[in-house]
Amino acid sequence: MSSNNNLIQLEDLKKVYTIGETQVHALRGVSYSIQEGDLMAIMGPSGSGKSTLMNIIGCLDRPTEGKYILDGQEVSTLDKNRLARIRNKKIGFVFQTFNLLARTTALENTELPLLYSDTPVKEAREMAFQVLAEVGLKGRELHKTNQLSGGEQQRVAIARSLVNNPSLLLADEPTGNLDSKTGKEIMDIFKKLNQEKNITIILVTHDPDVASAARKRIYLRDGQIIKEERD
Amino acid sequence: MNTSRIIRVALRALGRNKMRSFLTALGIIIGVGAVIATVSIGEGAKREVEKRFEEMGTNLLFVRPGSQSFGGRHYGGGSAQTLTADDGQAILEKCDAVQYVSPSVSGRAQVVYGNKNWNTSFYGVGDKYPEIRNWEVEEGIFFDENMVKSGQKVCVLGSEVNQNLFEGADPIGQIIRLKKIPFRVIGTLKSIGESGGWMNRDDMMLIPYTTAMRRLLGTTRISSIDVSAVSGSKTEEAMRQIEDVLRIRHKIAPGAEDDFNVRNMADIAESAAESREALKILLGGIASVSLLVGGIGIMNIMLVSVTERIREIGIRMSVGAREKDILFQFLSEAIVLSILGGFLGVGVGIVGSTLISKLADWQTLVSLWSIIIAFCFSGIVGIFFGFYPARKASKLDPIDALRYE
Repeated sequence: MSSNNNLIQLEDLKKVYTIGETQVHALRGVSYSIQEGDLMAIMGPSGSGKSTLMNIIGCLDRPTEGKYILDGQEVSTLDKNRLARIRNKKIGFVFQTFNLLARTTALENTELPLLYSDTPVKEAREMAFQVLAEVGLKGRELHKTNQLSGGEQQRVAIARSLVNNPSLLLADEPTGNLDSKTGKEIMDIFKKLNQEKNITIILVTHDPDVASAARKRIYLRDGQIIKEERD
Repeated sequence: MNTSRIIRVALRALGRNKMRSFLTALGIIIGVGAVIATVSIGEGAKREVEKRFEEMGTNLLFVRPGSQSFGGRHYGGGSAQTLTADDGQAILEKCDAVQYVSPSVSGRAQVVYGNKNWNTSFYGVGDKYPEIRNWEVEEGIFFDENMVKSGQKVCVLGSEVNQNLFEGADPIGQIIRLKKIPFRVIGTLKSIGESGGWMNRDDMMLIPYTTAMRRLLGTTRISSIDVSAVSGSKTEEAMRQIEDVLRIRHKIAPGAEDDFNVRNMADIAESAAESREALKILLGGIASVSLLVGGIGIMNIMLVSVTERIREIGIRMSVGAREKDILFQFLSEAIVLSILGGFLGVGVGIVGSTLISKLADWQTLVSLWSIIIAFCFSGIVGIFFGFYPARKASKLDPIDALRYE
């Protein structure tokens, strides 16, 4: 844990993609700090670099330049396998399209991260049952993904992101594929997790309603933060 | 991840596409089945050869006259009349690796007893012939050295001849006629059933070679010398000694071709298994091609499977699967597939070899090591052909994989 209680510290992050012969500057120097327990939103139109930023924060990608310190550890220089370990231990993802394994039960989907952390089978099962209950899916553990509604599928995805007790939960348009009522329920889960369990949550969205749930909002355009709002 | 979990994940993935998994494994099933059946034929033939070999005695040797040629025209082996009974005696005296010697002549004739007659082979042999051939006398006695020396008209009957002439009555002491010459039956041979090859042991009779040469064939030359070495391990030595003795006796110049040849049982028995050897090679070829094609089939389906499951790979990576986790997942699917194929293939092979032994009436033998080898081989096929698709899957970029539609 760093001294100023920052969970995430971004220092002048730059990301350049080379597509053919042209260079695309997705991030042009982003510096920002996120404290433990924050509930914040990254907003911006498509092409603003918010997906790139999310991928880097989520340790799916590495910056071309700059520093990324997560939980006191410099992660911008780690190799693919180390990044995978960090994703496994510290980060949970919730995607717009749920990204659950098809024809697989809610329980098995939830257990998936534990499969890669060498958790004993029995323990993994108990943990998965527990988080599924937390997101309100008690009794539906053995349903397969295609037997679940959109909202229920997103709850499974949240359960999966929580099962490893991550320090950070990254949600990419978590309500984008849901109706407004279900979307609100999902947002309530996020708020509850943030308040009751002090989990740091980053929402990536272009939906102002979703962003309003966050206490901090940053706006991205052309790979730079152009505005920050705090409640 | 531990192995059992990897296998469970692989089984679950394969279970989602049962028909496809089965068809993919079919190549391996056929390949392994063919390997097992092939080896079982080969093993069966080998066992049969060994059995016959043991029956006849591993220390058994035959000396036969060599081929003869006049003015460039070659006659077949045994056409020359170069061996005499004295050659046999010389072998017995001078070769210390030789235990027994029996000169041998043969012919076919009608045997008559009362109003019954039967056409059979007669063999003129020495008194040690039963010891050399490992044959047993069932009733009566075999002729001894004196009977042979004095050329007595006695005979020992094979069981089939005995049955046909005497129909169960006691033959010992009875007189039968061979080419109108009376012979006294002094014994019968124990039946062992057909031993295959060139000689039916039951449908024959044995008489002293001296009698056969003088009375029946009118010859001074013998057609072969049957020899037994003192032990199986001395066979090679005995062969060398016999060659040396005969070359001197026949005055063969150094470098010139022998006018005789010495063969042991192994040479003869193995030639009998040659036709099966050809089939074994053919089946072995089919088996290896089938395993290869099966392996390519696995690779093909695994490549399709990787493409189909790019999204799944992305999800797994996003929750913390490392490259090697994904590699092992797909590799173990390929291996599990090919080993299951191997398992079914072993079953197919066992059924196949049973069918072959029933239909073709060949002895087949499914050996444990052929099953183990086939199994290991199918695993290797899985590893070899599963590696490329698995590696491809593990090298995917998680961001691209997650975005893949």
